[in-house]
Amino acid sequence: MRFELSETQQLLQKTARQFLTNECPMAEVRKRMETDNPHDAALHKKMAEQGWTGMIFPEEYGGMALGMVELAATFEQMGRVLLPGAFFSTVALAGSILDAAGNPEQKAKWLTPICEGTALATAALIEESPEWETATWSATAKASGSGYVLDGKKMFVTDAATADFIVAAVKLSGELALVVVPANAPGLSVRALRSYDLTRRVSEVSFQGVNVGADHLLAKGAAAEAALHHGLNVAVLALTAEMAGGMARALEITTEYAKTRKQFDTVIGKFQAVQHLCADMYLWTESSRAAVYYAAYALDKRLPEADAAISVAKVYAGDSYREVGNRGIQVHGGMGFTWENDMHLFYRRAKASESALGETAYHRERLARLVIDAV
Amino acid sequence: MDLTLTPEQIQFRDELRAWLKANVPAPVPRGTEESMEQRFARLRVWQRQLFDAGWAGVSWPKDCGGRGASLLEQVIFLEEMARAQAPQMANTLGLGLIGPTIIHYGTQEQKMRYLPKILSAEEIWCQGFSEPNAGSDVAGIRSDGRLDGDHFVINAHKVWNSYGWVADWCALVVRTDPTAAKHKGLTYILVDMKSPGVEVRPIRQMSGESEFAELYFRDVRVPVANVLGKVNSGWEVALGTLMHERATLGSSITIVYRRMFDKLVAYTKNTIRSGRPLSEDKGIRQKLAQAYAELEVFRVAQLRSVARVSSTGVPGPEGSFLKIFWSEYNQRFQQLAQEIMGPYGTLEEGSPYAIDGGEWAYGFLRTRGNTIEAGTSEIQRNIIGHFVLGFPKSY
Repeated sequence: MRFELSETQQLLQKTARQFLTNECPMAEVRKRMETDNPHDAALHKKMAEQGWTGMIFPEEYGGMALGMVELAATFEQMGRVLLPGAFFSTVALAGSILDAAGNPEQKAKWLTPICEGTALATAALIEESPEWETATWSATAKASGSGYVLDGKKMFVTDAATADFIVAAVKLSGELALVVVPANAPGLSVRALRSYDLTRRVSEVSFQGVNVGADHLLAKGAAAEAALHHGLNVAVLALTAEMAGGMARALEITTEYAKTRKQFDTVIGKFQAVQHLCADMYLWTESSRAAVYYAAYALDKRLPEADAAISVAKVYAGDSYREVGNRGIQVHGGMGFTWENDMHLFYRRAKASESALGETAYHRERLARLVIDAV
Repeated sequence: MDLTLTPEQIQFRDELRAWLKANVPAPVPRGTEESMEQRFARLRVWQRQLFDAGWAGVSWPKDCGGRGASLLEQVIFLEEMARAQAPQMANTLGLGLIGPTIIHYGTQEQKMRYLPKILSAEEIWCQGFSEPNAGSDVAGIRSDGRLDGDHFVINAHKVWNSYGWVADWCALVVRTDPTAAKHKGLTYILVDMKSPGVEVRPIRQMSGESEFAELYFRDVRVPVANVLGKVNSGWEVALGTLMHERATLGSSITIVYRRMFDKLVAYTKNTIRSGRPLSEDKGIRQKLAQAYAELEVFRVAQLRSVARVSSTGVPGPEGSFLKIFWSEYNQRFQQLAQEIMGPYGTLEEGSPYAIDGGEWAYGFLRTRGNTIEAGTSEIQRNIIGHFVLGFPKSY
């Protein structure tokens, strides 16, 4: 039995860390986040050259066919640097749904450009009542001519502004359907929302009589539910891996500060009150990391407990990242409350991640169904 | 990552599982009239039965009566014992702490002398570290060990000694060089509890029972040959023991806690309030799911730690966060049970209407000790601060 990453996985992790530390320094993140669009096309291209955009996808579409543990190891590094832009929505969200839902022609058409790094994408799922039960969604697709016409409104769509196409979850004859909608389709509009995570943007996406061809329907009914279920598990895993990475970095920054900041003629890291705050940050970080990699392993091996493991990681990382942020800011004192200090950027990402892809209460209820109702 | 067991480990697990199925004694329910002594005698017989069947000391060397398997088999053993709801073995400290320390620091003679009788429960062990003025500051030990020929003459007052009331032997830490620096003058020595001058007094806990004792040693003569490790290097030996304590404790805990969780879930499904089962109450579902998530995270964090220890061979200071985790989790969990059960949760063993023989009332009070025993949460956070995060020592 071995919980540690394999040598190849460790190499991947190390390469990703070096690459992202060099290519995505905090100064660059800050510059990007002050603009309307934090996505960095040049950086995305470089990541595609590393093969990361196709990391988990089949080789026939230009992917590397790696597993969930590799995915977690890479996203953990992205979370460390607060990578801004559409990599997450393109690969972890839209890409994984496409991979699970599309037929070979559809994958060649939409997944291949994702792997190549030439297309950005996202998924439009929840609506004004931000519930994750697919039965509550009301946007529709209706057969029209040789294709479909879409109507409805989707909310909190991650990085929609940069997407070349959007995977939309709609109702088709009362069943869930997954449809690819090109961003330039007439009738599709994207309105930016202003959320406090400046490094990851969300939008409202409206469909008003949007026409798509018949080949844009990826799946419907049970097949669509299953594909979405799998895609969301992958996306939540990537998100929690990012969260674990963010926690680790926030802890490093905080301990470094506490080792240099002096008060009462000594470094504040000598005081137990400060050490204990940092010890809690360590506990949450390491525990979250264990939960994330276990979830990755469970999903990779398709263990029966994979769903529960994913929700466990989301619930725990959500609480943990927020509390790591709280402690980190507290240890920094007044400096931690300034704009120029980076702690608030991690804190903002922590809070946005906590409510993304199913807030904690949703994942707790999902667990309750698995461990209370099912026994 | 590969969390699967080898075919040999699976075979070991299946054999053990079958043996346990055939041999685990029927549980003695809480509230059964049984004295502490009767209970202990029962656990002693049970350990002897395990020993005779070759299941005691799974990861201990073969020539000392062990099975010679790896730490992972040891973890499988602990998990299977918990899963089978087997009673714990009588010699808890001998098996979990003192035996591994003797394996690590003992001479061949010492190993042959002490280990087989730890495994067979012929000799029960307790541990004498804490003193009235050396609790968290365990290196502040004042107990006096003075060399007299080939003996140490020991004068000591020790407290919080689990199994002190029944122990045949005590792993004692005493100060043998009062002139040396605090951590330098200590010696770890094995003391026969039947030696003249040893006195044991029970301490009654807030949970009502007396698991702990205090020990008095008055001019007790102990052969120098009983020193474990070197004279005046007892701190290093004691530290090894404490890290063992944190490394393996979690393996059976996860299974025991899971059983308690399942029990609480069953209670909420079988208890009707406001016309429906408590398990359908949204608030209670949220809290149970939260407890489940925390327990699962602990399980996998423990798994990761065990996998690491089994590849590096030594438990590291990161075990401190697992100690904080399980102790604080257990307090939150028992509080949740109290919240769900309301006034029924307060009913103790022997009371009409007590739930599960008063287990929940006892459990709630007992967990208050979890963040104190085996190193307080504050000490664990100091260890993380200094040894893991690299802050200057705060004390």
